[in-house]
Amino acid sequence: MTSPNPATSFQDMILALHDFWSAQGCLILQPYDMRMGAGTFHTATTLRALGPEPWNAAFVQPSRRPTDGRYGENPNRLQHYYQYQVILKPSPPDIQDLYLESLRRIGVDPLKHDIRFVEDDWESPTLGAWGLGWEVWCDGMEVTQFTYFQQMGGFDCKPVAGELTYGLERLAMYIQGVDNVYDLDFNGKGVSYGDVFLENERQMSKWNFEVADTAALFDLFAKAESECRNAIAHDVPIAAYEQAVEASHLFNLLQARGVISVQERASYMARVRDLARGSCEKYAEVMTPKWQADYPEWSL
Amino acid sequence: MTDFLLELRSEEIPARMQAGARAELEKLFRREMDAAGIAPGDITAWSTPRRLALIARDLPEATKAVREEVKGPPVGAPDAAIDGFCRKNGVTRDQLEERDVKGRATWFAVIDKPGRAMADLLAEAIPAIVRDFSWPKSMRWGEASRSTESLRWVRPLSGIVALLGDEVVDCEIHGVTSGAVTLGHRFHHSGDITIGSAADYAVKLRAGHVIVDHEERAAIIRDGAAKTAADAGLTLVEDEGLVAENAGLTEWPVPLLGRFDEAYLDVPPEVIQLTARVNQKYFVCHPPRTGEGDHPQDGGGAPSAERLANAFVCTANIEADDPAVVVEGNRKVLAARLSDARFFWEQDRKTSLAEHAKKLERITFHEKLGTVADKVERVAKLAAWLVSDARAPNGDHNLARQAAELSKSDLVTEMVGEFPELQGLMGGYYARAEGLPDEVANAIRDHYKPVGQDDAVPTAPLTVAVSLADKLDNLFSFFNIGILPTGSKDPFALRRAALGYLRLVQANGLELSLEQAAQAWGGLGRAKLGTQVAEFLSDRLAVQMKDQGVRHDYIAASREWAGQVDARTDRIEARARALGAFLDTPDGANLLAGYKRAANILKKEDWHGIEGEIAHTGEEDPLALVDDPDMKAVIDAKMAERKAGAVSYTPEPAESALTEALDTAAPTAARAVEAEDFAAAMAALATLRAPIDAFFESVTVNDADPAKRAARLNLLARFRDAVHQVADFSRIEG
Repeated sequence: MTSPNPATSFQDMILALHDFWSAQGCLILQPYDMRMGAGTFHTATTLRALGPEPWNAAFVQPSRRPTDGRYGENPNRLQHYYQYQVILKPSPPDIQDLYLESLRRIGVDPLKHDIRFVEDDWESPTLGAWGLGWEVWCDGMEVTQFTYFQQMGGFDCKPVAGELTYGLERLAMYIQGVDNVYDLDFNGKGVSYGDVFLENERQMSKWNFEVADTAALFDLFAKAESECRNAIAHDVPIAAYEQAVEASHLFNLLQARGVISVQERASYMARVRDLARGSCEKYAEVMTPKWQADYPEWSL
Repeated sequence: MTDFLLELRSEEIPARMQAGARAELEKLFRREMDAAGIAPGDITAWSTPRRLALIARDLPEATKAVREEVKGPPVGAPDAAIDGFCRKNGVTRDQLEERDVKGRATWFAVIDKPGRAMADLLAEAIPAIVRDFSWPKSMRWGEASRSTESLRWVRPLSGIVALLGDEVVDCEIHGVTSGAVTLGHRFHHSGDITIGSAADYAVKLRAGHVIVDHEERAAIIRDGAAKTAADAGLTLVEDEGLVAENAGLTEWPVPLLGRFDEAYLDVPPEVIQLTARVNQKYFVCHPPRTGEGDHPQDGGGAPSAERLANAFVCTANIEADDPAVVVEGNRKVLAARLSDARFFWEQDRKTSLAEHAKKLERITFHEKLGTVADKVERVAKLAAWLVSDARAPNGDHNLARQAAELSKSDLVTEMVGEFPELQGLMGGYYARAEGLPDEVANAIRDHYKPVGQDDAVPTAPLTVAVSLADKLDNLFSFFNIGILPTGSKDPFALRRAALGYLRLVQANGLELSLEQAAQAWGGLGRAKLGTQVAEFLSDRLAVQMKDQGVRHDYIAASREWAGQVDARTDRIEARARALGAFLDTPDGANLLAGYKRAANILKKEDWHGIEGEIAHTGEEDPLALVDDPDMKAVIDAKMAERKAGAVSYTPEPAESALTEALDTAAPTAARAVEAEDFAAAMAALATLRAPIDAFFESVTVNDADPAKRAARLNLLARFRDAVHQVADFSRIEG
C-alpha cells in the first residue's frame, strides 16, 4: 500500500472545493439539517433558483437513498453519501471553465484524464423542475451532474441558474485510486471512510430494509402532508417545503421497506409532488412583491 | 465568386442531435439564399461537440440588380384602383408605364431593385438562421435569461465566426458578436485561433487539435477501433451507431483498447455488449476464430449469440500523457457495471421462472385488466388453444401453456429491471439455465417478436403461438374495455400488436379466425369482439399491404365474408392479392369496366330486381339461406321463378350468350370462393368479359318494351351479383 496523500484525502478534497468556490464569490453554506435524497433539495438550490436576484453558493449535502443501502457490503453503493453542490445564478459565461479549474484543484488533470460533457438532461417531476446539461465523465466515469435549470416549481427560471453536483465519494475513489469506498482515505492521517461510515451503513441498511416501523412511517407521511398544507395555508412556504422534503424521504423509506405496491407508488409520488410544488408556488407568491420591488422589470 | 464560412460555437452539443443540426443549418442557409435569389455552389456542413460549421462555395459578391414589371389595372380604371396599385408596389402614379396587353392599354409598375452586397445580405441572414434554428430541445442561459424572450440554443452559444472571403461579416445575436476568432480543443489547445477564410478553417482547427469534419472523425474511430482490436488479435464488433455517437462526443478521437476480467464472460454476451454500449459507449470484440470455437456451447451461455472477448474499445477525446491511465479508469467503470450485471445474473438464477412469475401478481397490467399474472393466464390459455384446437400453428398443448406461463417472468428479475430492453432474451437464458426444453426457452425469448418492421418473424410453432397469443390478448383486452387507438394516440401500441399479428399469420401461412380466437379467449359471447378486432386488423392490413404495393381498395373489396367483416385476415389478403392480379390482366380491367357500366345503369334506373320485395345485393340471395323444411316448397318455387332466362320474348344473341355465360360462371365462381381458391374465382369471372362486352356492344338495355327492359336490367343485376360474390367491385376506385 502506498502511503496516503494528504492533498487528496476526502476532507481535503472538500476543503479544496470550498476554497476554490469561495474565491469565486460563492457563499459557503452548511448542509441542510434534514434527511434528503439529493443536494438539489437544499433550499439554497430549489427555492433560491426562483426569483431574479443573483445567488452563488456552494455546500456539501449528505444524501440519503434508502434503497441503495447494501449493508456495507458493496464497494460502490451507499444509502448515505455526500454530494458537493454549487449553484450559480445567473449562470456565468465561463461556468464550464470554472468547473474544469475546480477539477484541477482536486487533482484531476484533463491532459491525463479524459474529461467529457455527455448529454444528460435533468428532470424532477417532484419539484416541477427540469434543466438541460450533461453528466461529466472522467475516463468514462460520471463524476458530476451539470445542469442549467430552466424551470423550478413549475415556474420559468429568470434568470437561469447553473447547478453543479459532484459525487464526492466517486471522485475521491478515482483520485485516490481505490476500488472500495470504505478504503477511502478520509483525513490523510490514517482514518478511512469505512472507519467513519461502515457501521452506519450496516445499521441504517438494516433499519431501512427490515426494522423501520412501517405503520409509523405511513403515519408520519400523513402528518408531514397535513403539516405542509397547514404551513402553506399560513403563508410560511419555507416551513411547508421542509415538510415536503420530509414526506419525500418518508416515501423513500416506505419504498425501501417494500410496502408500497406498484399501483400505490404513482399516487404517493403525486402526493409528494403536490406538496413540493405547492410549497414552491407559495414561496414564489410570497416573495414576488420583494422581487418586484428590487427588480421592477421582473415578473413571475 | 467567394467562399463563405460560418461557425456557431457552443458548449457541448448532444451527439445524437448533431446530424439533425447539420441538416438544419444547411436548410436554413439555403432558405436565406433562395430568398435572395442566389444559387450557392457546394455547401458543406460539419459538426463537433463544440461547433456547427458551414462552408458555402462560390457566392457572388453581390446579388444582381433586377428590374421587375408588375401588371396593373387597365388605363381608365377608377382612380382608387390605380392608387391602390401604386401603394402596393411603392411607386408614384407618374412612374407607371402604359403598355398594350392584347389590344388593351394597361398600366405597369416598373420597379428597379438594386443588387445587394453579399456581406450585407449575410449579416442579416446569420441572425435569422440562429433565431429560426430548430433544436429537439433548447434552453436559455446567463444574464440574458432574466427574460424568457432571450435567445434559445441547444446549450449556451458562445461564439460566431463569419467570413466571406477573408472579410468578417459583422453581425450580432443577443450579445454574441461575429468575428474571425475561434477556439481549438478544450484541453490540447489554449488561446484563440484566428481563421483567415473558409480555405484555412479546417487546417487551422486541425493544428488546434480539432478535426472538424465529423466523417473524418468517424473514420478514425471506425478504423482505429478495428485496428486496435486486430493488433490484439481480436475482431471488433462493428457498430455504426457507436461510431457516430463517439464522433459526436470527440473533437480529437483516440480509440483505446482495454481488457476486463475474464470472469465476467459468464454473463450473457448481449448483456455485456449492452452494458458497454449503452452506459459507456464502448465497442466490444470477438475472440480470435479458432475453427472449433466458432459456435461455443458453454454452460449457461447462449447458443445463438457469438462469444465475446474480455476486451473493450473506448474512444478518448485526448492524446493522454499516459493512455494506460485513461484505459484503467474506463476499465474500472466497466468492471463495476459488469459486476452489477453478474450479480443480477447470479441472483436471478437462484429463483425459478415459475417462482418469479408469482411476483407478477403484484404488478398491475392495466387498472381495468388486472395484474400481469392475470394477463399471463389469459395468454397461456390462448396459446394452448392455438396449438391444439385451432392448429394455428400445430404444437404441443402443454409446452405452449408452459412457455406462455413463464413468458413474462423475467420482467421481475433484477437484470430486466436494470436493462428493460433485455426482456424476453433474459427469460430465454434463465429458462435454459433451469433446464427447460429449448423450444420453451426460445418461445420465451422471442415471443415479443416481431417488434419493428425489420425484425425477424418467428417460425418455431411454440414461439409463434405465444407471440400470437400475447398480441391477441392485448388487442382483445383493450378493445373489450373500449380503449382503441385514435389518431396519433396509441398508448398501448395496439397498432404494433396488429402488425405483429399480421406478419406472424403471413410468415407462417396460418388460417386463423378471430371470432373463434375471441371465443377461446373470453367465452362464447365474444364473437362480436373478434369481428371488431378483425375490422381493426383489416384496416392495418390495408396500411401494410399498401407498402407492398397492394391497393387499399382491393382490401376494401375483399374485406367481407358472408355479410360481415371477414374474421380471417389471411383470407382477406389472399382475396385482395388475387383480385389485384386479376385486375392487372386485360380481362380483369375490361370486366371491371363492364361491371361499372352495369352498376351505373342499375343505379341510375334504381333497379332492385324483378320483385320489389327482395332486393338483389352483393350478398347471397337471402332466400337461399332459409332452411325451414316447411317453407322449402315455397322457396323452391320462388327461386325457380327467379331464374333468369325465362323471358317472354326472343332474346338477342348477345343477351343469350351472357345468360349462358352467367349460368356457368356464377356457380363456378361461387364454388371457387367457397373453396377459397380465389384465382379460380377470378378465372371464372374472366369468362364473363367477352359476353358482357358483346352485350353492351349490341343490346339496348332501355328498350321501349318494358318487358325487354326489365329482363335486361335483371340480367345486368345477375351479372353484378355474380361479380360481387367474388369481391365487392363497387369498392374499387378509378
